[in-house]
Amino acid sequence: MTIESPLTVRLLRDGVQSPDMHGETIHAETIHAEMIDLRWETVCLVDRLLPERGAAALLAAGGEPVQVALFRMSDGAIHAIGNVDPFSGAAVLSRGIVGDRGGVPVVASPVFKQAFSLVTGQCLDDPDVRVPVYPVRVADGWLQVGLP
Amino acid sequence: MKELVVVGNGMVGHRLVQAMRDRDTAGTWRITVLGEETRPAYDRVALSSYVDGKTAEDLTLPEVADPLVRLHLGDAAVALDRDARVVLTASGRELPYDALVLATGSVPFVPPVPGRDLPGCFVYRTLDDLDAIMAAAERAVAAPGAGRRSAVVVGGGLLGLEAARALRLLGLSPQVVEIAPRLMPVQVDEGGGAVLRRLVESEDLQVRCGVSVTGITADRGRLIAELSDGVELDADVVVFSAGIRPADGLARAAGLPVGERGGVLVNTACRTPDPHIWAVGEVAALEGRTYGLVAPGYAMAEVVADRLLGGEATMTPAELDMSTQLKMLGVDVASFGDALARTPGALEVVVNDPVAGTYAKLVVSDDAKTLLGGVLVGDASKYATLRPLVGSPLPADPVAMIAPGGVELGADALPDSAQVCSCNAVTKGTICSAIADGAHDVPAVKACTRAGTSCGSCVPMLKKLLVQSGVEVSKAICEHFSVSRAELYEIIAGTGIRTFSELIAQYGTGRGCDLCKPAVASILASLGTGHVLSGEQATLQDTNDHFLANLQRNGTYSVVPRVPGGEITPEGLIVIGEVARDFGLYTKITGGQRIDMFGARVEQLPAIWRRLVDAGFESGHAYGKALRTVKSCVGTTWCRYGQQDSVGLAVALELRYRGLRSPHKLKSGVSGCARECAEARSKDFGVIATETGWNLYVGGNGGFTPRHAELIASDVDTDTLIALIDRFLMFYIRTADRLQRTAPWIEAMDGGLDHLRAVIVDDSLGICADLEAAMESHVAGYADEWRGVLEDPEKLERFVSFVNAPETPDPTITFVSERGQPVPVALGLPGVRA
Repeated sequence: MTIESPLTVRLLRDGVQSPDMHGETIHAETIHAEMIDLRWETVCLVDRLLPERGAAALLAAGGEPVQVALFRMSDGAIHAIGNVDPFSGAAVLSRGIVGDRGGVPVVASPVFKQAFSLVTGQCLDDPDVRVPVYPVRVADGWLQVGLP
Repeated sequence: MKELVVVGNGMVGHRLVQAMRDRDTAGTWRITVLGEETRPAYDRVALSSYVDGKTAEDLTLPEVADPLVRLHLGDAAVALDRDARVVLTASGRELPYDALVLATGSVPFVPPVPGRDLPGCFVYRTLDDLDAIMAAAERAVAAPGAGRRSAVVVGGGLLGLEAARALRLLGLSPQVVEIAPRLMPVQVDEGGGAVLRRLVESEDLQVRCGVSVTGITADRGRLIAELSDGVELDADVVVFSAGIRPADGLARAAGLPVGERGGVLVNTACRTPDPHIWAVGEVAALEGRTYGLVAPGYAMAEVVADRLLGGEATMTPAELDMSTQLKMLGVDVASFGDALARTPGALEVVVNDPVAGTYAKLVVSDDAKTLLGGVLVGDASKYATLRPLVGSPLPADPVAMIAPGGVELGADALPDSAQVCSCNAVTKGTICSAIADGAHDVPAVKACTRAGTSCGSCVPMLKKLLVQSGVEVSKAICEHFSVSRAELYEIIAGTGIRTFSELIAQYGTGRGCDLCKPAVASILASLGTGHVLSGEQATLQDTNDHFLANLQRNGTYSVVPRVPGGEITPEGLIVIGEVARDFGLYTKITGGQRIDMFGARVEQLPAIWRRLVDAGFESGHAYGKALRTVKSCVGTTWCRYGQQDSVGLAVALELRYRGLRSPHKLKSGVSGCARECAEARSKDFGVIATETGWNLYVGGNGGFTPRHAELIASDVDTDTLIALIDRFLMFYIRTADRLQRTAPWIEAMDGGLDHLRAVIVDDSLGICADLEAAMESHVAGYADEWRGVLEDPEKLERFVSFVNAPETPDPTITFVSERGQPVPVALGLPGVRA
């Protein structure tokens, strides 16, 4: 399974109102440039995610399984990044401790402790490493992840 | 190639070989070492620790393994042929030399009293001497008849007091007989000697000064020592420690000149009048004077190594410093510079407090401007600041410098030329430049300058210099909290704050991270705040604590049920075997005497634990910074040599401290006798049975920097032992840094093991009752964490592989079979770097 994201993501500011979402707030900072082409997979009720902890979701893209790590922060923001830790190959980023580094929300890999930005997927300990980031939205209390 | 023969394999001879091999990178010298003793070179300065439980192996100096070095042990040099330049040995070897270094050290001086050769009379110099003394003490203690066994120590100097302490540890009552009017006459003046005497007498040691032993006679299996004042002392053992004499016989026989009081005469280059022969250490009479301390000996070894390689080094007066600081029978004694005021016109400033049991004296020049030396008894804490000032202008009024509550001299009072470490001749200037070059903590300063690596008495000064340079490494846990873990503990314990969000809002910044969150989780757990997955606490846990299992490389977990003391029934073994088989787990026996099952997926953990809990197992906390195991040998129950029930104690200790969260993992062991089959001395706290109780050792670990645990209390009963361990663990939990194991914690403590002993044995801080109460509360509040999960549906909800497919196994996890067991398929790491 590849860890390179099939998505090209563009960053917008947090809390942007999306015109096609009937007034629902988009909690993630990342929105695909051509969001209209995304397939929105419903994962679970938002309340099923424990605040300040991650959870893994098993989805599919292009016929391949995709593991997504979901994080619900205490301020209500929800982030989705790839679940595979690029340093160990283990699908465990959802089990890391979340927090911030210099104000950037991060998760620390539970294997070798590198920090990954929950906003961009960038590894803060190695400029050459990045994990994919996925857009998320909430509809009627259900969490949805956007996949190509 | 040139031939160097080193006669003598003591500490100084060993240092010379090391110095030669460090410096002679071109390999111009081949070195042959002759050692009279059959053992490899050992740390004679620490000889007495052999009685405390250190082994000969512990004391052995690092071997200089090198093809250019040949070592002949148990083969003394017996003659020199200076014309032919050949050494003849006891075994008949004839060794030619281009250079010969005499490092034969000293022999004990035994006064010529009748009866000094009787069985039961010993000297105190080598490990073999100590073996003989220990055997004799053991025989005396085991002999039938009532009453405490006694010993006479002839000589009340440094060595005599060490011998007396050793004999007391061996179960004898020692009496010290010193011919001079005071103890330690070489180092301490009359006033200091009087305070020292009162202090050691309060330690249950009898002292007779101003008398000599005039004869020893055998009397019905014991000995009688007759004294010059007519008193007769009964003794089972007599130890002569009345000084040393240079072992210069070889040199005398070869016609080399010797000093007035013995010793091979050498100049400041340590060379004898024969240009091919040198002398170093206690056998050398440097410009006529011998030096019985190791530091000048080391300096001589370095000088000779330099000279043999074409250098021009000479001994400097600073390197001949005879300053001493030691703890004698629990009493601090320090003597430095011209301690006995022999300089013409020297003035003495004395502060004598017999009530507090302290004596301090400074010797200053006749114009009262320069510090010449001093003596400290009872409290030597000012030694590190005062000794380097010898020869320098007095920075303050001398009375104020030694009076209680007087001037506290900072590191800035020292000139750059002041020698901070006298063992390795390191000046303040050298240390400060090392700090400026990036040595930012004590271990780094030790590594670059060698300061503090021998006796360690200058370590407090190294810390002061680091603080003064303003580079003391921040103790802050992370960017979110500017305080240390110990301070955070105090904040949490003191304020009653019990949630991370409240704590960071009031005392930190930001949202926390993987450093501060687990640290706070550990502190909260130590304070007994319920299940580690309750409420907000769950968000703070590292993945291991979050899933109560150990994460492995492929994202699976390993499972370790507690097996207290390593004792397990056949039924228990069968359950573990069945669980491993049914869930397809790899099994391995751990070093801590339990069984680890690997390869469990997150969603399997509850089902695995339901089986284990139903069979009576509970969490082994292998995943936590917590007590892991208490390893044991079988002890008296089965073993022919066992002295106590080691398994029973190990089980009791493991059950008492199970679930105890701490700054790092904690391991323990209990051995039923001194053979130490449980390897207790490699543990954070280790217990070894004695005939009548237990010895407690603390601060051991394996790992990256292996450390042997050190004795903190001996021969205590089980209740005392448990109280001491309670205090030790709670004090550690409260004051250690994050991820600091017990050994570095003790090392970093001001005063080290002695301070720790004062706190937990003598209750110097008055906190022991509080520490014990905290442990009682932990013991009373213990509940099995896995049972807690299984009984709570909310906690169980965490144990799913995927939030949208709770029972689907992670597709990246696959296994292959190796030696009949499942092992993970290595995960590919595609495109880590673009």
